[in-house]
Amino acid sequence: MALNPPPSAEVDPNAVISIRGLTKSFGDLDVLRGVDLDVQKAENVVVLGRSGSGKSVLIKIVVGLLVQDAGDVTVFGQHVHQLKRKDLDGMRRRVGFSFQHSALYDSMNVEQNLEFPLRMNTKGLSQGEVRDRIRDALEAVGLAGSLKQMPSELSGGQRKRIGIARTLILRPEIMLYDEPTAGLDPITSGEINDLINQVQENYHTSSIIITHDLTCARHTADRVAMLLDGRVLRIGSFDDVFDTDDPRIKSFHDYNFTRRDSP
Amino acid sequence: METITPTAAEATAPKPRRPSVISPGVDAFAIGMSDGASFLKRFFVEALWRPFHVREIIKQCYEVGYRSLPLITLTGFVTGIVFTKQSRPSLAAFGATSWLPGLITIALVRSLAPLVTALICAGKVGSNIGAELGSMKVTEQIEAMEVSAINPFKYLVVTRTIATTLMVPTLMLYCSFVGMAGSYLNVHGKEGTSLAKFLKAGFANISFLDVESSVTKSFVFGFTIGIISCYKGFNATSGTQGVGKAANASVVMSMFVIFIEEMLIVQIINWIRNW
Repeated sequence: MALNPPPSAEVDPNAVISIRGLTKSFGDLDVLRGVDLDVQKAENVVVLGRSGSGKSVLIKIVVGLLVQDAGDVTVFGQHVHQLKRKDLDGMRRRVGFSFQHSALYDSMNVEQNLEFPLRMNTKGLSQGEVRDRIRDALEAVGLAGSLKQMPSELSGGQRKRIGIARTLILRPEIMLYDEPTAGLDPITSGEINDLINQVQENYHTSSIIITHDLTCARHTADRVAMLLDGRVLRIGSFDDVFDTDDPRIKSFHDYNFTRRDSP
Repeated sequence: METITPTAAEATAPKPRRPSVISPGVDAFAIGMSDGASFLKRFFVEALWRPFHVREIIKQCYEVGYRSLPLITLTGFVTGIVFTKQSRPSLAAFGATSWLPGLITIALVRSLAPLVTALICAGKVGSNIGAELGSMKVTEQIEAMEVSAINPFKYLVVTRTIATTLMVPTLMLYCSFVGMAGSYLNVHGKEGTSLAKFLKAGFANISFLDVESSVTKSFVFGFTIGIISCYKGFNATSGTQGVGKAANASVVMSMFVIFIEEMLIVQIINWIRNW
């Protein structure tokens, strides 16, 4: 049974991410208007919504890239916007962020892209240990042979995988995926969906997956949160969320799954 | 911590548009100056604390210094030759062509070399930094650093600004040397002056204050190029147009500020010289 989310309440102490009453505006545009969301340990929560509905803004606030106008975000029980730089960096080491366009460092090859955050965040690792960690991360995403390739030589799907590998190398406890299948063909999208599930299974990560791809949502979500008009309108399992007469949610579903017969 | 929960009315109420204080243009200028001052302040705060990213500073010194050498060599050499050729007729009218080495050395060391080096670096290095950081900004690479617990300001801005601050004076000294070499070839060809005589006549006319003030000036120019280019790149707006604007603005603003600094520093040096 799909649930309408409860009004803003106390922070859930068991949640790894807890979001309460989150609002964010850009100039005159109110993007988020009081979002409430909890993510439990080892849970994949998919946030669905239209383009420009503030999905990416939501996860950028979670990692402190943006600051909310009002409301509260706690990650591992820490209030993100109150953290000092050092503590914020400590929190970020435990959170992996996969960007929509991968955001690979284009002046570095794949190996250097993975080595860079590892070297910057861990002291005293030998060259052999660094190599092992890079190899493990690349094997986890199925691209062990692409060490010396430059980002410009990779396909869209490969770039997504390397972006995920770069976050996995720090062994995060939370993964935030921003539109992981955007711009990819259906087969590559399917592979990325499988990869997201593998990451959850092998690394026991909790994840927020931002997407408007319902196939991705159906394959990866433990719970789906439907973001509309700046609020989480419905939250629950995939089928429960779409079991509604709300025309906005129905049209979202029908566009992806209803076969349109030719006239 | 108290959770801030806006009421539905608060959340949905349209935000009033903030009126301009004076005019939109003046406001934007004032905000830009304020942002620039904050950026400058942040540079000094971040530069003083570990980690110092020494390896990245060395890499950037190589990028700024070594890769600018061909252009500085060509420009310095040509400047030396052209300035000598242009000055000769005026001095010849008074039968004073023997003053050429002294005149060229003074002109190169005091003004030409620092200014030529700074302008070339503003064009080559400034646009490079502006475009590189601008591109990193619009492709979310800077945010990727941030979420990997790497301080992008320290890693990108501080290292590049230190590199330009160190390398522009070094290139200036090199440019002076190459300019004098160009001048010597011309003087030697026309007047048959020996190298020893050229150098003796040249260095007899400059003081330690001339060299020291030019080096100091170049440190200021180098810092200006680095910090302005990084600021423009770091604050690039989205899209390829934003990258182009950042690169362009880096060069234009660096050159503009360098000319103002040149004017002020010359006044200060003259004041010291007469003191």
